[in-house]
Amino acid sequence: MNRWRIARLVALKDLRIERRSKVLTNQVLPFAGVTMVMFAFALDASNLLERVAPGLIWLATLFSLLILVQRSFSIEGEDGALDALRVAGVDPVAIYWGKSIALGVQLAVLEVVLLIAAVLLYGAEVPVGGVALLLTTLLTATCGLACVGTLYGGLTAGFTGRETLLPLLVLPVVAPVLIGATRAVESALGTGGVALSEGWPWIGLLAVFAVAFGVGGALAFGPLIEEAT
Amino acid sequence: MTPSTPTRTIESPAEQVDRSGTGTFATRMLGIATLITMGWLVAFGLGFSPADRDQEEAVRIMYVHVPTVWLAYLAFTVTAACSGLYLFTKKHSLGFDRFAGASAEIGVVFMALSLATGMLWGRLTWGVFWQWDARLTTTALLFVSYVGYLAVRGLGGSHHQRAKRSAIIGLLAVLEIPLVHWSVRLWRSLHQEATVLDTDGNVDMDGLMLFSLFVGVVAFTLLYIWLLMHRSRVMAMEDQLEDQGLDRAIDARRAEATS
Repeated sequence: MNRWRIARLVALKDLRIERRSKVLTNQVLPFAGVTMVMFAFALDASNLLERVAPGLIWLATLFSLLILVQRSFSIEGEDGALDALRVAGVDPVAIYWGKSIALGVQLAVLEVVLLIAAVLLYGAEVPVGGVALLLTTLLTATCGLACVGTLYGGLTAGFTGRETLLPLLVLPVVAPVLIGATRAVESALGTGGVALSEGWPWIGLLAVFAVAFGVGGALAFGPLIEEAT
Repeated sequence: MTPSTPTRTIESPAEQVDRSGTGTFATRMLGIATLITMGWLVAFGLGFSPADRDQEEAVRIMYVHVPTVWLAYLAFTVTAACSGLYLFTKKHSLGFDRFAGASAEIGVVFMALSLATGMLWGRLTWGVFWQWDARLTTTALLFVSYVGYLAVRGLGGSHHQRAKRSAIIGLLAVLEIPLVHWSVRLWRSLHQEATVLDTDGNVDMDGLMLFSLFVGVVAFTLLYIWLLMHRSRVMAMEDQLEDQGLDRAIDARRAEATS
């Protein structure tokens, strides 16, 4: 079986577990929603909310990412599933890609919901011209976040205290995604009069980030999970 | 195995460790040299060097601030290099891992010092403790990243597990630094606030000031080497103690079984 096929199987396995356990729809999405409401309480001014909506979308995404990563590796920790995969001789690069894809799909769903929440709650508007930039931003940022999340999730999998360590490790690393994606979405939505053309250079940053951590993660993941048991 | 064999093997290395400590002739000489240059730094930094025309007495903070920044970056470079050496050499020597860990610890301490002294200097010169300048923001994120690196070292597991895991994190941090710096610089260039002073300090420097700075860099570099040698030796002892602790527990159980 080639690597891509195995990755697809791993991704489908994760998504099937997700569909049956409904952690994303019953826990993570409501958490992200309540975060958006809390932001509104903290920044009590409707015009301010519209101004900072793009940043809040990505902050809520990052917080939810931490929960999704922990979930993604707690299903592997139960019954030693990750060890079983390794013992069965499954290529670690394929596991990495598979889990990243599954995480990316869940993140994409989450981001779309958060965007809708921003439109409904914060009065953000999506101009027709900005849709292409918006979708490209969502795609590239999601790839980067999924790669980093899976890498650091694998690193801390199977250790006590990982719940507290993961945010400390992940948040400084994804700072470029927060900056780049926020600016790109700002210009896609035209927040504060930012021109559409200003958004595209940020896509470059997001793409470099995704490629760097995609390649680095694929190289490092094998040695990491070998040692994690 | 007779009960007397384990007791002999346990106690002899422990006694040896007790007597030797982490100091050697070389580290003692280095320690004395560090103290002397530190004394020089105090004399030149606080005494001989003149006050600055614009920054006045606040310029003296620079004689500590610049060396601590230099030392933190040196320490993180050593951490990355030793992480690479651990991962990519065939022997996978734990010595490299201990150097990487010791260096990161020293780097974190000195980065905290340089952030603190930088803030004090900023308050006196710019009027604020913090500027959302690219260099400051990158430094702060770098500091947090290495605090994370130290936390990963504390996760537990065998020595080689710790070494491999932290070496990978150490190398990923190198991947992360340019990305963070690039993004923060772009962010700042679009949202430039009021005039930020030239943080390079590219003013015509008085000869004596430059010399004081040079003394500071030498003194702190010596301090770094001294700390690194001691800390990595202490780490080696900690590892040894852990290994012996396990042996001792096994031997104690064995002794219980035979008695």
